Amino acid sequence: MDGIHDMGGMHGFGKVEPESNEPVFHASWEGRCLALNRAMGAIGAWTIDEGRAGIEQLPPEVYLAASYYGKWALRLHNMVVARGLAGADELAAGHKLHESEPPARRLAVADVPRTLNRGSFERSAATPARFAVGDRVRAKNMHPPTHTRLPRYARGHVGLVEAIRGCHVFPDSTAVGGGEDPQWLYTVVFAARELFGAAADPTLKVSIEAFEPYLESAQP
Amino acid sequence: MIERPAMARVCYSAGVPGGWRENRRMAQDHDHDADGHHHGSELSEMQLRVRALETVLAEKGYIDPAALDLMIEAYETKIGPHNGARVIAKAWSDKTFRQALLADATKAVRTLGLVNPVGDHLIAVENTPELHNVIVCTLCSCYPWEVLGLPPVWYKSAPYRSRAVNDPRGVLADFGVTLPSDTQIRVWDSTAETRFIVLPMQPVGTQGWSEEKLATLVTRDSMIGTGLPKFPSEVA
Repeated sequence: MDGIHDMGGMHGFGKVEPESNEPVFHASWEGRCLALNRAMGAIGAWTIDEGRAGIEQLPPEVYLAASYYGKWALRLHNMVVARGLAGADELAAGHKLHESEPPARRLAVADVPRTLNRGSFERSAATPARFAVGDRVRAKNMHPPTHTRLPRYARGHVGLVEAIRGCHVFPDSTAVGGGEDPQWLYTVVFAARELFGAAADPTLKVSIEAFEPYLESAQP
Repeated sequence: MIERPAMARVCYSAGVPGGWRENRRMAQDHDHDADGHHHGSELSEMQLRVRALETVLAEKGYIDPAALDLMIEAYETKIGPHNGARVIAKAWSDKTFRQALLADATKAVRTLGLVNPVGDHLIAVENTPELHNVIVCTLCSCYPWEVLGLPPVWYKSAPYRSRAVNDPRGVLADFGVTLPSDTQIRVWDSTAETRFIVLPMQPVGTQGWSEEKLATLVTRDSMIGTGLPKFPSEVA
């Protein structure tokens, strides 16, 4: 999706403003919001890719104006309603209004250690990797209207395969309920001048982690 | 299906739609309004929305609020950049560990027995006198939580995510860091479930220091690539 979330290389957002001695959370609701989102992911309410797509589908003006955890709260609200886990009327009222099917899974205290571990997304491969380290590849000129992890600034540009990272769950598929459809994952490195033109920093290289369907051969 | 909140209810900083900037400003301005009835601020809006979500999801049996308490406590006290600093300090003082870390960081870090097992595909990238590494996630906020904790607001902000890939020297200047003009810069955009940690250069004059003392030199930003380790004189 060519959305506002795909920010790499954009101009006009100003300086980075680091905060000294930044707290982990700036308000207590931020921690509750993070934990709620992690909890719903841990009980399998949606996948990590469906969750990311949920953030990207926020209207662009909301995406830019809301804080980070503000976006998480809006995403959680939208996904809970869209999946029928609770009604919009109940979330507006702040308490349960209807009886509903008991959930298949509940996030309990005993589950917490598991939720703190990052999931594993590597899968066994059905086919050998198409590209080898050192291959010249072009990031495809593709613009799916749904979730993808190929940033716009890389599309159409030629880079080198630097590493093969294994075969991983394909976000473009899981985000739309299409199953894991595992794909080979590569680190592809580009010269900044290839990505951003002749005025770019000649000392700079940028790499992306690219799934095989994002790439085509550019071997001479 | 997608809720579009009225714009008037979203907090702006001085009229600028800079949500990446407002987090701390709003928290400072409004965090004391614990009753959540501060209409017009994002804080009250979000506080009420999150409270409603938690209450309804708990009543329907999806979550136990006590589990949320434990998760928050872990992120506030156990999972943070002190874990990454231990990794870097060990790599500086133990050549075998350094090689293992650069070969397979997930495996190497697991041997340290940190509070949290490290997820798949943690990748350590090494700074040298010729090469400086910077980590970003231009598409969202991917970050090695297990070793660095939750990302700071700036890491998730539009200015960082937009500029890190085409103007990393400008970004470094925002952090007060200037590199020699001939230093090669490598930016790693975390676009998949691989995660990156920078292995910074060990400060001169710290050879022979204990791992514990070395760890005090390692800042969070030096492991992201937006900062450098402290000088020995800063911690002595």
